[in-house]
Amino acid sequence: MSTASARQALAPLAALVILLSLWEGIVRALAIPTWLLPTPSAIATAAAREARPLLDAALTTGRSALVGFALSAGVGVFAAVVLSSSRLLERALYPYTLFLQTVPIVAIAPLLVLWFGPGARAVAVSSFIVSLFPVIANTLTGLRSVEPALRDLFRLYGARRLATLWKLELPAALPHLFTGLRIASGLAVIGAIVGEFVAGFSEGSAGLGILVLSAYRQLRTDLLFAAVLAASGLGLLLFGAVSLAGARTLRRWHPSASSGGNPT
Amino acid sequence: MALPHAPASAPLAPTDEGEGGVRIQLSDLRRTFPGGLTVLEGLELEVAAGSFVALLGPSGCGKSTLLRLVAGLDRPDGGTLTFSPPLERTRGERAPIAYVFQDAHLLPWRSVLDNAALPLELAGVPGPERRAAARAVLEQVGLGDATARYPAELSGGMRMRVSLARALVTRPRLLLLDEPFAALDELSRSRLDEQLRALWRELGMTVLFVTHSIAEATWLAERVVVLSRRPARVVLDRTLELPRERVATLRTEAAFARESRLLHEALERGEAL
Repeated sequence: MSTASARQALAPLAALVILLSLWEGIVRALAIPTWLLPTPSAIATAAAREARPLLDAALTTGRSALVGFALSAGVGVFAAVVLSSSRLLERALYPYTLFLQTVPIVAIAPLLVLWFGPGARAVAVSSFIVSLFPVIANTLTGLRSVEPALRDLFRLYGARRLATLWKLELPAALPHLFTGLRIASGLAVIGAIVGEFVAGFSEGSAGLGILVLSAYRQLRTDLLFAAVLAASGLGLLLFGAVSLAGARTLRRWHPSASSGGNPT
Repeated sequence: MALPHAPASAPLAPTDEGEGGVRIQLSDLRRTFPGGLTVLEGLELEVAAGSFVALLGPSGCGKSTLLRLVAGLDRPDGGTLTFSPPLERTRGERAPIAYVFQDAHLLPWRSVLDNAALPLELAGVPGPERRAAARAVLEQVGLGDATARYPAELSGGMRMRVSLARALVTRPRLLLLDEPFAALDELSRSRLDEQLRALWRELGMTVLFVTHSIAEATWLAERVVVLSRRPARVVLDRTLELPRERVATLRTEAAFARESRLLHEALERGEAL
């Protein structure tokens, strides 16, 4: 790590330390009970004590979120390709994809339990529904962003529809597609947790959503905090992985990727 | 003949297609855009096979529309456009017409080599063969050692040369250029002009070059057609009295100035029409 990037990492780290110290100090000074607001040290202790169940729950939720994310990536890109293939189709169907954006997932989660039964499958579908829209919308924008001159070029050279899609439109859409996937990765975890609130009770292992609920019912607020932290950690992990994949794919050619070219 | 930036011995891969240029005949050509804007009306023009013709005219006069019609990227509303020999081709054959845009318009996710090979790839030419052809043509435009680089790593002039290589890789019989070097600095532009003319001398295709620069038209072309304001009509059709062998210093000679002045006067007449 260079000194410049070390200094860059230092500022948020210092802010974190100061914030946690303040939190710890104030809670102790005012003698706030742990069930109302635990100190950071109490949360850390709970996390360490319950490390095993936390990890199991994170794995369960992570699996559901991953399935939901993979589904929305596949279905989203496919839907965008279909919608972009005809203006008529896009005009007819695109408005309805907005339902995906506005649907209150908590309200339809009971439906998912009815249809898929309680457990990981309903949770994954919840994650999928919540994370689908940004993939469709961004991929569609990307497919539409192809320069007209390049379309002319492909026409001039007699490119077939499939070749134009594969060699021009999809690669040109990649930067937008990865933007959509990054947004979807965070939403997939949120969708999984919300899904678990309603549909997560089943035989076998429980996810973070269940852990949050049971910690709340037992007023084990320190464990609740630890579970919430694990959930956001999970989201960050998925987000980071998608960002990394995007940066590696776009490295050589897109200005948004970090290592730009050196014009001569 | 030796090129300014390429080793002299860099032949293109042999092709099975007929070499040489194509003759173009435009008759009573008309194009009106939706909304009623008539860009071309009653345009007559004949371009001999293997000639280098510059189309000179004010911005927005319909030069680009004319070029798009010739390329088949747009359809005329009236009149006829004939090529001889005819340019009909079936799928899978190499495109006989190439088009160079005002900007390089490369695919940023492809290396220089794969960009130059694209037209052959779309025609279904197998990998090794198309890469060999692309390498040869990149050699010809002086980019033999940049084949593995990506467009983002190139200067504007280099990108334009890749674009030119991509156009030449199919050994087209008709090369259309729409103000291709207008965005470049003066020096890169005159270098590319020189390179283009050398390539034309060597390959013998018909070239239609659209520009609004009098100096560029004079230096490059055998024949200059000056167009009026929209709808474009031919104001002057002149075969330049300049040596076939064009050197950089021609730009400072009296004959060059004389031809430029004639073109300039014609442009002004076209504005006044």
